[in-house]
Amino acid sequence: MTRSGVIAGVLAALVLGGAAAVFAVVWRPAIDAIDPAQRTFANDLVKHGRTLAVIGNCSNCHTAPGAKDFAGAVAVPTPFGTVFSSNITPDADTGIGRWSEAAFRRAMRDGVDREGRHLYPTFPYDHFTNVSDEDDRALYAYLMTREPVRSAAPANRLSFPFDQRPLIAGWKLLRSATYHPDSSKGAEWNRGAYLVEGLAHCGACHTPRNALGGERASASFSGGDVDNWQAYAINAHSPSPVPWDADALFGYLRNGWHPDHGTARGPMAQVVANLSSVDPDDVRAIATYMAGVFGQPSPDHRRGAETVLAELKAMAGRASETNAAGAAIYAATCASCHESGRALPYGGINLALSTAVCGSDPRNLANIVLAGISPREGERSPIMPGFASSMTDDQIVAVLIYLRTRFSNEPAWTGVDQVVAEARRTQVAALRTAAASRQPPADLAQRDKP
Amino acid sequence: MITLKVNGRDHRVDAEPDTPLLYVLRDHLALNAAKFGCGLGQCGACTVIVDGKAVLSCVTPLVLLEGKQVTTLEGLGTTADPAPIQRAFLDEQAAQCGYCIAGMMMRAQALLMRNASPSDDEIRGELEPHLCRCGTHMRILRAIRRAAGLMNRAELAPESGADR
Repeated sequence: MTRSGVIAGVLAALVLGGAAAVFAVVWRPAIDAIDPAQRTFANDLVKHGRTLAVIGNCSNCHTAPGAKDFAGAVAVPTPFGTVFSSNITPDADTGIGRWSEAAFRRAMRDGVDREGRHLYPTFPYDHFTNVSDEDDRALYAYLMTREPVRSAAPANRLSFPFDQRPLIAGWKLLRSATYHPDSSKGAEWNRGAYLVEGLAHCGACHTPRNALGGERASASFSGGDVDNWQAYAINAHSPSPVPWDADALFGYLRNGWHPDHGTARGPMAQVVANLSSVDPDDVRAIATYMAGVFGQPSPDHRRGAETVLAELKAMAGRASETNAAGAAIYAATCASCHESGRALPYGGINLALSTAVCGSDPRNLANIVLAGISPREGERSPIMPGFASSMTDDQIVAVLIYLRTRFSNEPAWTGVDQVVAEARRTQVAALRTAAASRQPPADLAQRDKP
Repeated sequence: MITLKVNGRDHRVDAEPDTPLLYVLRDHLALNAAKFGCGLGQCGACTVIVDGKAVLSCVTPLVLLEGKQVTTLEGLGTTADPAPIQRAFLDEQAAQCGYCIAGMMMRAQALLMRNASPSDDEIRGELEPHLCRCGTHMRILRAIRRAAGLMNRAELAPESGADR
């Protein structure tokens, strides 16, 4: 063999070896289709699956407002383009009716569909990989017993190269595991960790993402963005004036509001609605785990909270010399509820306790002032009228700037006028439809009665 | 004293800037079409039109109304000469107890002013903020469709008298 022949042979081996490695990373076999008619499930398993689907908030991405449950086709915007959610009803042709349990489990664990195609991580399998086989089995039983809906999702609208699914295989290599049981902690903490890091996928919204769309492990729960809302930091960086503890978290997640923290709205509204109908022990476990993530408040934070709570009593009617327009609007429009002392959820929280007022940008506050808080059917939920029709952008800007100055010690926001204009463009219509969006079938026996 | 423009006329009103528009309409100006329902902006009975948009007058203080045009049901038409939306609600007998109807008519009017031919879904979505515990929901929908027809025809024949 000549020298050049050897080099060519080595190169060929390298290319082949490289190709084999890429093949091993990218290629996944199809899993055989099954006959949808052949399945039956125990009622208890299906019921357990319902609870899990509620904790996982599956309907949020897989049920379009006004459409059939789990029929998909919900547009999920990403920095790389729009991904449309899959139909996860048991329809044989457009849903997952031909998926075996093994195929379903592989999708949850590895983000690969039955045919062997890599799924986009808008489906949060980076979290769902932590779900146990047993829970996957219950979820499968629940989904396979839903009404089959014939509905194909539109094609994703992604720019090159993000429309190339094999690339997702490379993305997956960058993931790191997020959940490990900790035997030094109690059962409740571990249950909470399992739910938060797995099915409930809290970090999907509350952890910031890197340039490739992955959650930044070094900044877990430091806050993120979703649907033009700010998902607050839910760790030591929380902007809440009063520090969170496990009891407050439990009340907030279970009821949708807490007197020291206000109401959960925006995309979080669906989450608290879901958690109002599951086993309270699971909500307690989530609260316990998350209280550990928030950690003990710093002495400064604790002192600040004491000051705020003490001032609340003395605060009513205090005038402002700065920003007379904002002060006048606040006094006439907001204070009648927000300083009425009427209890949540029908009264307004004193805005000195508002996380939105203390947040790093005014988006959430602008969204709420414009669109209000629609009551949710069948729930004892918070209410607030929206002011999109009765306030001009200038009036909303004035009141937002006033609220920030009066009720927080944080630096002034910049660009409030652009935020308000953008919020008017995006949120009013979105929230109006959100009020009518469907819930997953609830187990009303589990829900706390109003 | 505050100047308030209602149904095309300026009114001098002796009220504090935090007084809800609804109170001024009913107590100062004797315009009683808008109703007090819940006082929390949750039922829609107090709806009036401000600068073309449906607004809940019970949670709209005077301070927000500087330079704006308020229209109440009285400003649309009279018993002798009802506006298309009023004519249509009469023709369809769309009121049962009627307490919520003035508010419904005002929101429907605002909808028809920006969308001359709304779909049933659009009408239902628009009226979502209005509570009614009577039994005329289907008649209300019919009345709004009828009003859309009346207003569309009036556009073609302005001399018909429905040119408000």
